[in-house]
Amino acid sequence: MRFRTLAVVALATSVLVAGCSNGAPATNPSAGNNGAAKAGGGDITVALVTHAAPGDAFWDVVKSGAEAAGRQEGITVSYSGDPDPAKQSQLIDNAVAQKVQGIAVSMANPDGLKESIQKAIAAGVPVITVNSGLEKSREFGALTHVGQSEELAGEGAGAKFRSLGAKKLLCVIHEAGNIGLESRCSGAKKTFGQAENLQVDISNIADAQNTIKSKLLADPGIDGILTLNDGIAKAAVAAKKEARSAAKVATFDVSSDVTDAVLAGDISFAVDQQPYLQGYLPVVFFGLKVRNGNDVGGGQPVYSGPGYVTRDNAAQVKKFAAAGTR
Amino acid sequence: MTAASVTADERLVTPSWASRMMRRPEVGAAVAALIIFVFFSTTTDAFLSAGGAATWLESSAQFGIMAVAVALLMIGGEFDLSAGAMVGTTGLIVGVLATHLHVNLWVAVLVSLVAAALIGALNGWLVVRTRLPSFIVTLGTFFVLQGVNLAGTKLVTGQVSVQGFADVAGFYDARWAFGSSAQFGGFTLQISVVWWFLLTAAATWVLQRTRPGNWIFAVGGDENSARQVGVPVLRTKIGLFMTTALAAFLVGMLQLFKTSTVQASTGVGQEFIYIICAVVGGCLLTGGYGSAIGAALGALIYGMTLQGIVFAQWDNNWLKAFLGVMLLGAVLVNNWVRRRAEMRK
Repeated sequence: MRFRTLAVVALATSVLVAGCSNGAPATNPSAGNNGAAKAGGGDITVALVTHAAPGDAFWDVVKSGAEAAGRQEGITVSYSGDPDPAKQSQLIDNAVAQKVQGIAVSMANPDGLKESIQKAIAAGVPVITVNSGLEKSREFGALTHVGQSEELAGEGAGAKFRSLGAKKLLCVIHEAGNIGLESRCSGAKKTFGQAENLQVDISNIADAQNTIKSKLLADPGIDGILTLNDGIAKAAVAAKKEARSAAKVATFDVSSDVTDAVLAGDISFAVDQQPYLQGYLPVVFFGLKVRNGNDVGGGQPVYSGPGYVTRDNAAQVKKFAAAGTR
Repeated sequence: MTAASVTADERLVTPSWASRMMRRPEVGAAVAALIIFVFFSTTTDAFLSAGGAATWLESSAQFGIMAVAVALLMIGGEFDLSAGAMVGTTGLIVGVLATHLHVNLWVAVLVSLVAAALIGALNGWLVVRTRLPSFIVTLGTFFVLQGVNLAGTKLVTGQVSVQGFADVAGFYDARWAFGSSAQFGGFTLQISVVWWFLLTAAATWVLQRTRPGNWIFAVGGDENSARQVGVPVLRTKIGLFMTTALAAFLVGMLQLFKTSTVQASTGVGQEFIYIICAVVGGCLLTGGYGSAIGAALGALIYGMTLQGIVFAQWDNNWLKAFLGVMLLGAVLVNNWVRRRAEMRK
């Protein structure tokens, strides 16, 4: 269980950002997860309202980020979450009724939350959107958005591949028709140049490995493979070995197996959206807003990532993951 | 009433060797497989290379093991829509038990085997006892398994995929049975291909040469008549569902030990591919007709096409559309061949 938190970034990213990982729906709890986590103290109280089901390890990292910021800034943080947009709206309404000084909201379903968010803003409570909902954040009147743009993260990965000296990139999409995955690949293509997509099926990783191998045999010129899921990353590493290809493998979604593969040199780097920051930064921003009148971001999003797990920092990341902050 | 009119009785005429061959259920699939093989062999470089052939053979094997079991079940007149999710379930049971509950790997594999057998038996028992269509019963099982796979995995591991499986004690011992390979020059023979061939041979033998084989055809052809002539319908059907579940267990293990990971969504949606392979191989949806070799050929067609499209460097976003056309084509060819053969006598 040591690296549980880190490992679950895979799932959480999928459920949260655009359902990228494996199409698995979030578990639906019968009741809301309203256990308010009080941290720190002082005169400011902010609410973090997410669309997470209880016990989601990705959001545990976000939550510990928010609590750490609360302790350091002397801000009381109350955390709640519910995957049902209607219930999440109620949680936002509750926070407004409690007269908090700021609400951070993850908008997995922006339209479902629109009314509550605009009511909060009308009541004078500043809102920051986190993790998902970047495209609607500004329209709804949020101060800023803290999260990762899939396109930008893809661009980062593409540039990194180029600096590794790769000439021809293969981007493996494991879920047909997923916008988030497509934007990652198109971002990579933008900065990398010669890149191709390959479609595989996440529900059959063993065969995905065969398909990647076939592609490498058919086109020996491919010397970079970008996968978007930790399981597919492992399949790509195995396929590369079987096809005796020297291609470099990198992946989105950090998990403990991926971190180990990075340490072993099988995976060159893993793209991390750094969930800790998605809890930490909004709390700090609200503190600045209340105490100093600052508008961080100036209406533009603040990016929490991408961060990269490479051989240089993988051991460190493992240590932080064990402590629940990565 | 002369002797000549007795020998002219059509039931006693021995058909020619050629028309007997033409009447086999797998003949259409064999022709289609040959065409696809020649097509990709001539149009791509990698398809016929040692590495390429190993890849599409292994891809076919993963589907073929299931397709053969599903074909037996379809000949017996039933469907199993839970077959895909069951692959995930069996893999997840082993993965979760071994990595998180630190159960001995072999014990975990045994638990998974027993669980698969029980779920298969339950499927069969429900279908026979309730007289509901197996389509509905196994659709129910499918959803239950899909939910249990996700919720159970998250409950125990807090994640949706099994991590660190390759570090489990005994992983490389068990891999000998489920994930090993042998080198013949540049050609890598994966153990899944061996399993596939063995199962196809065994299933063909059972169907053609044994009493349970006759029972399978009988219950699929007409359940009531079969019961009236003394065929043990309940036993036959439960046996068929258990065979499918055990094949799912085998594929679950092969995939788990090959990739050293399994996700909660593993196998979902794959059940239709197994049915497609069986139908392309000549199985009728109504039961009572089909063959194991045909299903194996259906899987071979699927595997060759799946990898062939990649070898040919076509945009594999079109894969599903291509497969749909191929399925329809194969069924039409099958029908045509069968009708011609029956008319010719």
